[in-house]
Amino acid sequence: MENKSWKGWLYLLPAILFLGVFMVYPLIDVFVYSFEEGYDFVSQTADGIGLYNYEYVLRDPYFMQAVQNTFILVAITVPASTLLALLISLGLSSIPRLRELFQTVYFLPYVTNTLAVGLVFMILFDKTDSAPGLINVILGLFRVEPIDFIDGPYWAKMLVLCLYTVWVVLPFKILVLTSALASVDETYYKAARVDGTSSWRIFRKVTLPMISPTMFYLIITGFIGAFKAYSDAVALFGEDLNLAEMNTIVGYVYEVLYDEAGGGYPSFASAAAIILFVIVLTITCINLLVSRKHVHY
Amino acid sequence: MKITLDHLTKKFPNRAKNQPDVIAVNDFTFEIPDGKLVGLLGPSGCGKSTVLNLICGLLKATDGRILFDEDDVTGIPAEYRGVGIVFQNYALYPHLTVEKNIMFPLENFKGKDKLTRQEMKDRALEAAKLVQIDKLMDRKPAELSGGQQQRVAIARALVKRPRVLLMDEPLSNLDARLRLQTREEIRRIQRETKITTIFVTHDQEEAMSISDLIVVMKDGVLQQIGKPQRVYDDPANLFVARFLGTPPINVFHGRVAGGKLLVGKEAILSVKGAEDQEVWCAIRPEGFILDENGPLQCDLHGVEIMGRDVSVVASHAALDGVQLRAITPAARHMDDEAETVRFSIDPEKVLLFRKADEMRIDCTLA
Amino acid sequence: MSKIMDFERIERRAKRTALIRNIVVYGLLGVWALVVLFPFYWMLLTSIKTQGSYAAEIVPQLFTTNPTMANYLQIFTEADLGRYFVNTFIFTVVTTILMLAVTVLAAFAFARLSFPGKDIAFLLFLALMMIPSELVVITNFVTMKSASLDNTFLGLILPSVSSVFYIYLLKENFAQIPDELYYAAKVDATSDLKYLGKVMIPICRPTLVTILILKVIECWNSYVWPRIITDKPEMFLVSNGIQTIRESGYGRDNIPAMMAAVVAVSIPLILLFLIFHKKIMAGVARGGTKG
Repeated sequence: MENKSWKGWLYLLPAILFLGVFMVYPLIDVFVYSFEEGYDFVSQTADGIGLYNYEYVLRDPYFMQAVQNTFILVAITVPASTLLALLISLGLSSIPRLRELFQTVYFLPYVTNTLAVGLVFMILFDKTDSAPGLINVILGLFRVEPIDFIDGPYWAKMLVLCLYTVWVVLPFKILVLTSALASVDETYYKAARVDGTSSWRIFRKVTLPMISPTMFYLIITGFIGAFKAYSDAVALFGEDLNLAEMNTIVGYVYEVLYDEAGGGYPSFASAAAIILFVIVLTITCINLLVSRKHVHY
Repeated sequence: MKITLDHLTKKFPNRAKNQPDVIAVNDFTFEIPDGKLVGLLGPSGCGKSTVLNLICGLLKATDGRILFDEDDVTGIPAEYRGVGIVFQNYALYPHLTVEKNIMFPLENFKGKDKLTRQEMKDRALEAAKLVQIDKLMDRKPAELSGGQQQRVAIARALVKRPRVLLMDEPLSNLDARLRLQTREEIRRIQRETKITTIFVTHDQEEAMSISDLIVVMKDGVLQQIGKPQRVYDDPANLFVARFLGTPPINVFHGRVAGGKLLVGKEAILSVKGAEDQEVWCAIRPEGFILDENGPLQCDLHGVEIMGRDVSVVASHAALDGVQLRAITPAARHMDDEAETVRFSIDPEKVLLFRKADEMRIDCTLA
Repeated sequence: MSKIMDFERIERRAKRTALIRNIVVYGLLGVWALVVLFPFYWMLLTSIKTQGSYAAEIVPQLFTTNPTMANYLQIFTEADLGRYFVNTFIFTVVTTILMLAVTVLAAFAFARLSFPGKDIAFLLFLALMMIPSELVVITNFVTMKSASLDNTFLGLILPSVSSVFYIYLLKENFAQIPDELYYAAKVDATSDLKYLGKVMIPICRPTLVTILILKVIECWNSYVWPRIITDKPEMFLVSNGIQTIRESGYGRDNIPAMMAAVVAVSIPLILLFLIFHKKIMAGVARGGTKG
């Protein structure tokens, strides 16, 4: 009925231009950069082709610190936030009243500026010379010595970073899980109840399998998101993350790329970015393999 | 097991603010004898599913009592009532095999009732055999036809040997051919297990064909309970008369005057035992007999030949423009070019109802 | 069936467990609501304390008796927050409009027109959804820098325009419009562009509004790209501005003023959210579950 014509490409042209220049070309280019040794920003020339950039990055203690931080952050926040979101969503779907109000409140962090609210977390946890900070005051009630969460020991800083990350990622997970729970047909629960199924068994045998696709979706996107953590850390510890020992892989990429003196080291940044990409890809593939075994339909 | 509903009432709060509660079930009192197959019948929205949910315990009664034999179960949660239920959409767990689905209720048994794995498997197989799906035990619900899913749902409801089996619109998700077959199947299973069974339906034919008893309800109010044929022949009110039977009963404005039943100007039958009054005169389609000298003259609109029967479509002044339908055997020759048609009336198939409250007038027609 | 007999006890127990469960659930949900809301309360509270009274509090006070608006005045006069606001506003408006135009045209092509190579093109588009932005930022930085577009609005805006996901979302919505409408319009000699403007866009307005709001949120909060492509404070967006205020000695010293800046930055989006919360949440949920 419709004539095939090239006119369609005309409509696509703007999108193709934007995506071509700012996504496809850079994607190819980043691989090129990562193998160009001794790339000079000003003259835009390279000495040769090789693996030196990767070697450099992998030997850079700052990078290894960033990798360590990122892995700890992922290992803690992904399970913690997913479980917490599941608990909250289950709670939400079991209450008869005020559900919408709670849902709206819980979603609030999603729309706020990560950097701005991060500053609030900073002052809540910060211990300065003059004041211990609100969190330390509260901890003091339980006879805990004041801890400097922002400039103090590594574990304390990591703890705050994890807490803030969970706070930031929860709204999305709660929202998605609540709608998944709401879409489970209620007669399943009725049938299970008539059969005298305990709530725990209903949860394990009915609810969980029914929402397992959503759970795995959240876990996979959770992993990807957590591996790319960056601005949360900046909000808490400032822009010099290396100094604070709180850098992340993405933070490292930008650190190397961007230089006060104008022009950093795109080759090193590319190598680091590709290493990150490979890590994320591997983890995602593992996730998908596991999910194929456990997601039921 | 005998089930007694005693002044059972269920009100729901109105969704609109400051409006009176919605009464879904209003003062229900009846008794279901042990081992019967009972059809709970009514138009959609009449509260029949609510009654089912009350009996099963998924809803809590606002007022009144529910007794299983002599036990008052009104306040008891669903899981302690020992009922089995089949939902309209079957509610089979999509991630479990047929066998696991059937075993699901058994795995909930606790304490001294707890079964071993083997006992559960045996019980599941026994239930599956009863509904003839024992060859499909390893399939998942998505791999079954609608009829097979229905059987799995019945097996799952029966496997724990409930005291009563409840079915919510069990046939409405099946296509017409399967429906006929499946309702016979339900009848057979019920006969074999002798379990008291209540099923909800809006399809009067379905209810009439397999039930031992039918319960007709409308707007939350019980209209009539009885054997299907008896309710059909002897409806308590105009609603019941209209609701049962296809094609539906034909209803005329009529008048009883001086021992005669008049429709329009024609006196069609003589009446004994009824005072002079305006009435609803309802005549079953099979109550019209083609008769050139019959008392009731109608304008002929058409004749539909349906093989065994012929359906005569006609109208009468006392019908307010609504067409009437008469069913007669096809053997009778009919001139479908004629403008009018005359009927004589089989008095057995004529029912009179009061105009005021639409209740049946107890009288003899001849 | 002995357990049936003791029905009164069973009923009482069921009632009690339901009550306890409700109390526990509401309690926990309330606690989490507090955790979510407290930072917002704290930023508001701190922003209206005077610098002196905040510094004097060794134990932070949960309320204040003499609120002041001086901090808000200060951040717009002493710090350049007004300029960051204007920058962010321009950036957000232009980026969103460009994005909408590009998205609508592309979605229309994919949903409505047929052209050679369409299926392959759409597949490639979908594949682009999986590319992490971290990979492409590097080259974009080099490209923009060598085109001398760093510290300009063009440099800020251009790489932020395209969004494959929104094209996908809108295409799905466009595709739900029955073909018959298109054929009817064709019979009446309606041009494609007119059909798009008069029929498809009005029908899909809810989706367009959702996309628009989500993009505005994204723009308002964007930090990474602006941080890389701008190093002159007069080109900063609010995120970078906040960070600058924090890094400068002044932010560290005058925490109430910093919190005033945080409140000022947060308010536009919170207002937007309070007005459109149903649309926003529905849009995010749809995007999320489609994955």
